Amino acid sequence: MPKIVYDGSNDPRAFKDVIGGTIISLLDSDPDVIYVDADLMSTIGTYKYHQAHPDRAINVGVSEANMMGVAGGLAAAGFKPIAHTFGPFASRRSYDQAFLSAGYAQNDITVIGTDPGVCAAFNGGTHMPFEDVALYRAIPTATIFDITDTVMLEDILRQAVNLPGVKYIRVGRKTAAKVYGIGSRFEVGQAVKLREGKDITIVAAGIMVHEALQAAETLTKEGIEADVLDMFTIKPLDEAALLKSARKTGAVLAAENHNKIGGLYAAVCEALSRELPTPASFVAVNDEYGEVGPQNYLQERFGLTADNIVTRARELVKNKK
Amino acid sequence: MAADIKQLEIYATRIRIGSLEAIKARGFGHVGGSLSVADTLAVLYGAVMRIDPKNPRLSQRDKMVCSKGHAGPAVYATLALKGFFPYEDIKTLNQPGTSFPSHCDRLKTPGVDMTTGSLGQGTSLAAGMALGDKLKGRDSRMYLIVGDGELNEGQPWEAFMFMSAQKLDNLTVFIDWNKKQLDGYITDISDPHDFKKKFEAFGFHTQQVNGNSVKEIYEAVMAADKVRGMPRAIVLDTIKGAGVKEVEDTFSNHSMAAAPEVFDGWIEGLKEKLAALEGEVVHA
Repeated sequence: MPKIVYDGSNDPRAFKDVIGGTIISLLDSDPDVIYVDADLMSTIGTYKYHQAHPDRAINVGVSEANMMGVAGGLAAAGFKPIAHTFGPFASRRSYDQAFLSAGYAQNDITVIGTDPGVCAAFNGGTHMPFEDVALYRAIPTATIFDITDTVMLEDILRQAVNLPGVKYIRVGRKTAAKVYGIGSRFEVGQAVKLREGKDITIVAAGIMVHEALQAAETLTKEGIEADVLDMFTIKPLDEAALLKSARKTGAVLAAENHNKIGGLYAAVCEALSRELPTPASFVAVNDEYGEVGPQNYLQERFGLTADNIVTRARELVKNKK
Repeated sequence: MAADIKQLEIYATRIRIGSLEAIKARGFGHVGGSLSVADTLAVLYGAVMRIDPKNPRLSQRDKMVCSKGHAGPAVYATLALKGFFPYEDIKTLNQPGTSFPSHCDRLKTPGVDMTTGSLGQGTSLAAGMALGDKLKGRDSRMYLIVGDGELNEGQPWEAFMFMSAQKLDNLTVFIDWNKKQLDGYITDISDPHDFKKKFEAFGFHTQQVNGNSVKEIYEAVMAADKVRGMPRAIVLDTIKGAGVKEVEDTFSNHSMAAAPEVFDGWIEGLKEKLAALEGEVVHA
């Protein structure tokens, strides 16, 4: 069970250190794990390891499509490959390869796409994937994680390398809010209930979990009690947890660092409309391209804030029948 | 191992017949590129590759990735004749529920080492497989077949750089230079210029041979297999539709549809050639 230690403070560890550290630890402990990167090793602190172990950490150069295929081929040869690049290149740039060379051909690989959505910050619109989850959701049986903090990342990455199929992990490189206690264990496909409430369900993932928890604090002062779910596994979606909560609250708000099309909000609505039609809304990018700037500016710019969650939640609750 | 060239010619002719019989059963299919690559498949499966049709997934085996996945019919005929599955099965090509789809699928067909079809992707997969075999300490060789039209794609050139950087000397890439792609001549559509020079520039040991001569292909593979420290390339100068005059003479011969009696005529011609080759063997 995950231990919740959220108090609004920052995670003492930066994601990039834990991404690199966990990859290296997996390489050192499991000879079947192998790691490929497309010239972005230095961004997660693995380049030195590559220099010492070029056969364990392989740099394919700036060739993401090739990287996916090489990873697929390594899987066919009996390895458990981890492939890393920035989110847009791990998804749209190399999508046909992830789909066919890995997915369709059943060459099981773990893909890490760093700097999802607004986390791309100063790299700007070209590097800002608001569609990576939509793309990976359309790969049959793919498993998708939007990571909340470094404790979760460490546990999920360790589990992901041993899961079948295509696994996509989207995670920032900077520091996020600390939510889980060291040593927490997560069940793939099982949302974590972070807060208990009766008036509205807030389903969040990734950087939006912190925003959702902040929003829930504000809402409680207004007499609105929110159920907050960390839906870190976007696929397969924890429909049971979603429906259980929606049945209780009668209103659902999905918060994600992604386009409203094809991501968490879409997955939530698909499940609700089929199983339990419930008023729902989103705090997500409203079908726009990204742009450059500091992450906090971009969160304001695209409405990915606790304040916006509060506003949308109030509306949903007010309009409940 | 010295190869029996005559037997390889017989094998190649049978692969052509098998390709056409499979395609005939469906009425249409990728005729031109199946015929152009038949001689290379005959050499690989007839005289080079260490494989066991009874254990198609043995990890320590030689592997072949046909990145021009649409040559499936030729690959299936090759494998059937080698005993991977009954010959008659390949006539289910592209029928509902078949194990023999247009494009090679490693999950469906015993002996198919990798799924291909989206052009270019087989190159990186073959690179990863060859690297994986090396890292696992296996004495396995990788033979990768690419089409000339396929090399319009960008991914193969990424993969070729990678093969070279990794010094994958357990890998040989064959370029089926049959001069044509779906819409026409490769030089008219996106001129690839000199493949031999390009592969040399990419750090490959490179040879160019008559790709419809099993003898020349065999000798090139033997020479390539001795090369250490770099990947090997063999540019196959081939004719799209090789072995069937009517197909060779058809401009648009990438995918062809024809009546059963037309296919029968083509197959008949190949059977006459086969009989002549077998006669030569008997009288030798």
